[in-house]
Amino acid sequence: MNQWRNFIKGFIKENPVFVLFLGMCPTLGTTSSAINGIGMGLATTFVLVLSNVFISLTARFIPDKVRIPSYIVIIASFVTVVDLIMKAYTNTPGPNGEPSLYDNLGLFIPLIVVNCIVLGRAEAFASKNSVFSSFIDGFGIGLGFTFALFILGSVREILGSGTFLYPALNFKFIKGDGMLAFVLAPGAFLALGYLIAIMNIVKKRFAK
Amino acid sequence: MAKKESTFLSMVLTLFLVTLGASAALGYVYELTKDAIADAESAKKSLAVKRVVPEFNNNPTEEFIKIPAETEGDTLYFYVARMNDDTVGYAIETYSKKAFGGLLKLLVGLKPDGTINNVAVLEHKETPGLGTKMTEEKFSSQFPDKNPAKFILKVKKDGGDVDAITASTITSRAYCDAVQRAFSAYTETQTEKGGMK
Repeated sequence: MNQWRNFIKGFIKENPVFVLFLGMCPTLGTTSSAINGIGMGLATTFVLVLSNVFISLTARFIPDKVRIPSYIVIIASFVTVVDLIMKAYTNTPGPNGEPSLYDNLGLFIPLIVVNCIVLGRAEAFASKNSVFSSFIDGFGIGLGFTFALFILGSVREILGSGTFLYPALNFKFIKGDGMLAFVLAPGAFLALGYLIAIMNIVKKRFAK
Repeated sequence: MAKKESTFLSMVLTLFLVTLGASAALGYVYELTKDAIADAESAKKSLAVKRVVPEFNNNPTEEFIKIPAETEGDTLYFYVARMNDDTVGYAIETYSKKAFGGLLKLLVGLKPDGTINNVAVLEHKETPGLGTKMTEEKFSSQFPDKNPAKFILKVKKDGGDVDAITASTITSRAYCDAVQRAFSAYTETQTEKGGMK
């Protein structure tokens, strides 16, 4: 398989959020800001790449009937590793006591284990393909997921709080509060719905 | 790729090896990150203490007093900040269970006369973009340099002096509740023991 196409498919053609509708729980839960979206996406990418590589290496030794529990144990281990590393190195609060990245995402990190994207790629791709293809696949799907979370997070942050990439970029577009609904769960569904509609238009254009 | 046959022995052996490998790897990473995690936690706490009390030169995170709270089983921690043996302030780890997301933990810095020096949020589960505004200046700047003996720690809706956060009255109430708890515990220790050393 052409590795470039294998890599790029995660962004549009097989984007886990906009097209495959996998991993909706972290998608809706963590995207209240762009930074949170990127953080969650990158943590998932890390787990996805590692588990894809490891599973494509070991799949041929794992008997068919116990493959799902084995994959889950492997994925859970990588997630715990990410959790420990993030707890150690991304747990510094901001200058004005803003919650750290770990404070914001901590709750969702263990949920990567049950993220259908990770097990889905292990089952559908990594167990049947070479190590290198699986690595590229995990990387592409992971970055596609990050890209989707970043877009959704940006839309919600701009509309909901009037900031963008806060606290890295510290300015506000509007005075006072934004449209609070977009920071809350209903806004996540609304924004996601419109983004999927836009994505469908984009995909149709590409297909022509 | 050819599928491996699932016999009882091969299944047991595979699962055993997978779990063995996983636990060994996790043990190793845990050992590796243990110190960094503990450092990050204590750095977080001392950073919060530094923000809420005036300048000090002792180590308040190691010098603390436990005060039992009014509800059974809960404890308030008093971190004592000193500058050359003079007590310059107390950082009180306090809480409220009335917050929108359940538990809210604050660190309230009091000067020896009971005036609030500053307040920091330690732990919360409030709604992002609504309740989390309690860390923003518009709300939090109401508290420094106020003495809760005169400044009523209730939102204006309840007859107090605090401007609540728009659309987050519950969070604002919990915040006041936690600060009030710290202040009450402080005045209690002052009257009981005739002042803390």
